[in-house]
Amino acid sequence: MAGYLVLGIGFGILLRDAGYGILWALAMSLLIYAGSMQYVGVGLIAGGASIIMTLITTIMVNARHLFYSISMINRYRDSGRYKPYLIFALTDETYSLLCSDDLSDVEDTSLYRFLVSMFDQCYWVIGSVAGSILGSVLPFSTKGIEFSMTALFVASFVEQWIAMDDHIPALTGLLSTLICLMIFGPDSFLIPSMLVITLVLTVFRKRLDPGREAGI
Amino acid sequence: MNDSRYAAILVAVMSVGTIFLRFLPFLVFKKKVPSYIAYLGKVLPPAIIGMLVVYCLRNTTITSSPFGFPEFISIIVIIILQAWKRNSLISILSGTVVYMILIRVCI
Repeated sequence: MAGYLVLGIGFGILLRDAGYGILWALAMSLLIYAGSMQYVGVGLIAGGASIIMTLITTIMVNARHLFYSISMINRYRDSGRYKPYLIFALTDETYSLLCSDDLSDVEDTSLYRFLVSMFDQCYWVIGSVAGSILGSVLPFSTKGIEFSMTALFVASFVEQWIAMDDHIPALTGLLSTLICLMIFGPDSFLIPSMLVITLVLTVFRKRLDPGREAGI
Repeated sequence: MNDSRYAAILVAVMSVGTIFLRFLPFLVFKKKVPSYIAYLGKVLPPAIIGMLVVYCLRNTTITSSPFGFPEFISIIVIIILQAWKRNSLISILSGTVVYMILIRVCI
């Protein structure tokens, strides 16, 4: 959870550097609440992206959330009034906390999940606002702080690499995107990459999914 | 200002897009998740993270000084720290600090 505080600070500083202050940091962290998407979003806003480009990028970058949701369908089934917020707040961090947790000794699992989700977002919002303030008072140049996003993905990549037995999915993502970057250039390679990745992984399904179990 | 109105629209688009993705599976697969979708749910996350790594590095120049050297060294540092300590916070902080130092030193 402390990770969200630091990443939030990085986001707030970046957004401030792009010319958007506290209220923007607050609005984005409350309404979007997706770590990596907000980092990418700073680039979209600063670079004057179109609405269509923004929508497509959002879907691409956040497509993995579809799969977080899919794997939580059964867990969140009986969450009652907490359910809408639980689904809204299902970020990478919250997902990793709640999908691995053994909740057998928790009395009210829905309440527990709600509190974890809410505290995560609190850390994220507080971090963003703090970063926005820090960005305007720090006495030294924060040039290079944007690398924290690269660092975030590299660290998650290593973590996924260690956790997965088969490295074909990770390598597929890396190589397909590299090839698409070389073919389509840095401004329009995300969509082709996504298609190629899905296609390649579909071809590999027999190998990667031998049991073909239905559901999760 | 027109500029902030435009930014506000983009923020709204990102918000609605993200919410839509998070809610969609709950609305579509009320009972059972098709096995193909479940399979994608398992294999897509590492692939997408790999894609995002490349996305972040898309504008790195390797044909002229400093030849992507700061990125390369910082990424090595992150990989080693993450594999060793398994603590994302430490890896991200150290990697970013190393990068910020390197881009000031090697010009």
